[in-house]
Amino acid sequence: MPPAEHFAAPPEWQWWIVAYFFFGGLAGGSYALGTLLRFAGDRRDESAARIAFITSFIALIPCPIFLTLDLGQPIRFWHMLVDTSGGGLAFKPDSPMSLGSWALLVFGLFSFVSFLGAIGETGWLRAASPISRALRGGAGLVWSAIGTVFGLFICAYTGVLLAVSNQPVWSDAALALGGMFLASALAGSAALLLLLARSRRDVDADTAYRLEIADRYFVFLEVVLIAIFLITLAIAGTIGKVLGIWILLWLVVVIGLLAPIAMARWDVARRWPPVAAPLLALLGVLALRALVIFSAQT
Amino acid sequence: MAFQEKPMGFFTDTSVCIGCKACEVACKEWNQLEGNPPHFTADSFDNTGQLDAQNWRHVQFIEQVPDNNGVVMTPTPIAGGQAWLMMSDVCKHCKNASCMEVCPTNALMRTEYDTVYLQKDVCNGCRNCISACPYGVIGFNEEQGVAQKCTLCYDRLQGGLQPACAKACPTESIKFGYIEDLHKVANDRLANLRKQGYAKAQLYGRDDKVYGGLNAFFLLMDKPEVYKLPNEANATLPSRNNLPGYVGGVATAVVGLIAGLLAFRNARMNGVPNNNATPPH
Repeated sequence: MPPAEHFAAPPEWQWWIVAYFFFGGLAGGSYALGTLLRFAGDRRDESAARIAFITSFIALIPCPIFLTLDLGQPIRFWHMLVDTSGGGLAFKPDSPMSLGSWALLVFGLFSFVSFLGAIGETGWLRAASPISRALRGGAGLVWSAIGTVFGLFICAYTGVLLAVSNQPVWSDAALALGGMFLASALAGSAALLLLLARSRRDVDADTAYRLEIADRYFVFLEVVLIAIFLITLAIAGTIGKVLGIWILLWLVVVIGLLAPIAMARWDVARRWPPVAAPLLALLGVLALRALVIFSAQT
Repeated sequence: MAFQEKPMGFFTDTSVCIGCKACEVACKEWNQLEGNPPHFTADSFDNTGQLDAQNWRHVQFIEQVPDNNGVVMTPTPIAGGQAWLMMSDVCKHCKNASCMEVCPTNALMRTEYDTVYLQKDVCNGCRNCISACPYGVIGFNEEQGVAQKCTLCYDRLQGGLQPACAKACPTESIKFGYIEDLHKVANDRLANLRKQGYAKAQLYGRDDKVYGGLNAFFLLMDKPEVYKLPNEANATLPSRNNLPGYVGGVATAVVGLIAGLLAFRNARMNGVPNNNATPPH
C-alpha cells in the first residue's frame, strides 16, 4: 500500500480545542462511570456515583465556552445549530462537528438534570429534591443510560471529527482515533473519581478499590487502541509526524498510563502521595490529546 | 449579458503559463485582498508560498533545475524537457467538495454556476473546512475571523463578467467558460501536445475520477503529485472516515462499558465476590 499523500493546510486548532477535548472527555466519561456504578447495584457505591454525576456537569461547563472562544466569530456560535443560510436547523449527519454540537446540547441537558439529582440527594439544594426523587429507581437508570450514550458520544466523536478530514495523522487513523479518545476519557475519569474519592470520607474504600480495577481495564483498552493508532500511522507512512519532538508528550502519556499500576504494585511507588497517580493519569490524558492535535498540524 | 445558469469554471493550461503572476494581482485587486507581508524564500521564484486567505490564486514555480553537483533538486524527473513547471493554482470548485461535507454551518454553498461559494456572513470561523480541503485552498482571515477562498468571482459572474484572473492572464493559460465547452478545448489541447511528443501531458479533474470532476481543472505537464495535487488514489473525501471512526468508537464503548460493569460488580478488596448487591435506591 503506497503512503498517503496530504496537501491539506492545518486548521490551526490550538489549546482551546485541546482543553475542550480534555474536559469533554472527562464530562462524558464521568457520567458513564456514575451510570455504571448505579447499574452495579451496590448501595455503598452511591456516594461515588453522586460525585461522578456532579463532576460530569462541572467538567462540562467550560466545554461550550472553550469551543466558542476558538471560533473566529464567537458571537456566531449559534450558527452551529441554526442554518442562517437556508433556514431551519443546521444538522448535517456527515459532519461530526455538526453532530457533536447537537450531542453537546443534548448531553448538557442529561448531565444537568443528573447533576441536580445528585445535588438534591446530598441535601445541598432542597429545590432539587423533586428531581432526585424522580430519578430514583428504574426511571433514573433509564435516564442515566440514555445520557451515557450521549456522554460516550462526546468522548469519542472528537476523534472522529479529526479523522473526518484530509489532514495527515488524523485521516490516516480513523478506526483508532475515536476509540482511543474514548478509552482515554474513561481512564481519565476513573482517575479523577479516585482523586475525589480519596479526598472524601463518605466514599467506601471498597468502591475506591473497584474504581482502581476499572481504571486498569480502561488503561489496558487505551494501550491497545494506541497500538492500533501507531500501526495505522506506520502503514500510512505518517508515523514520523507523531515522533521526533513529540516523544516528550508520549513520555507523559506512558507515565500517566503506568502510574496507577506502579502505585498499586511497587513499594517505592506506594510512598508517593495518594493523589500523585490520578494526577499523572490526568496529565497523560491531556498530553495524548495535545500530541494528536498539534503533531498533525506541524 | 448575464451568463446562463450552467456549470462554469476554469481550464488552466499549465503548458503556456509563464509565471507572470498577473492572475494573482488581478485577483487581489478585484477581491480587495491585502496580501501577506512579502517574504524572500531564497530558493524559489515563488514568494507567494501557498493558497490562503489572502492568496486565492497562487502561481506555483516547480523548479527542477540541476544543482552544482548535477543532481536534480526535486525527486521527480524533468518533464518533457522542461526545467521549470508553472501552474496558476486556485480553488478547484469540486463537484464533490470536501469542504462542503464538513462545514457545520452551511456557510459553503453551491451556486447556480455549480461553483463552491463561501458565505462570509454565515461562516463562524470553526476552520473545519481548512482541515478537510485536500488542496490546501482555504485560509483563515484572522482580522475578519472567517475562512476565505476563491469565489470564482461570483459577483462578476452575476454581472456577466469573466473572473478577474482569467481576464488578466496574458497567455490565456487560464480559460474561463462553460464547463462543457472547456472540456472540448482541453481535449483538443491535450491531443495537440501529445502529438508534439509531450507524453506526460495529462488532464487533471477533467473526468469524474477526482472528486467527481473539478470545475477548475488543469492540463499538467507531469504527475499531479509534482504540482501538490493528490492523485486519483489519494483524492478522497473526509466522509470516508465517518463509518470506521464511529465503528471504532462504538466497539470501544461496548468493551469499556462491559469492563467497567465487571469491575464494579465483581471486584472486591478481599477477593470475595459481591453478594450484597441491592437495587439502587
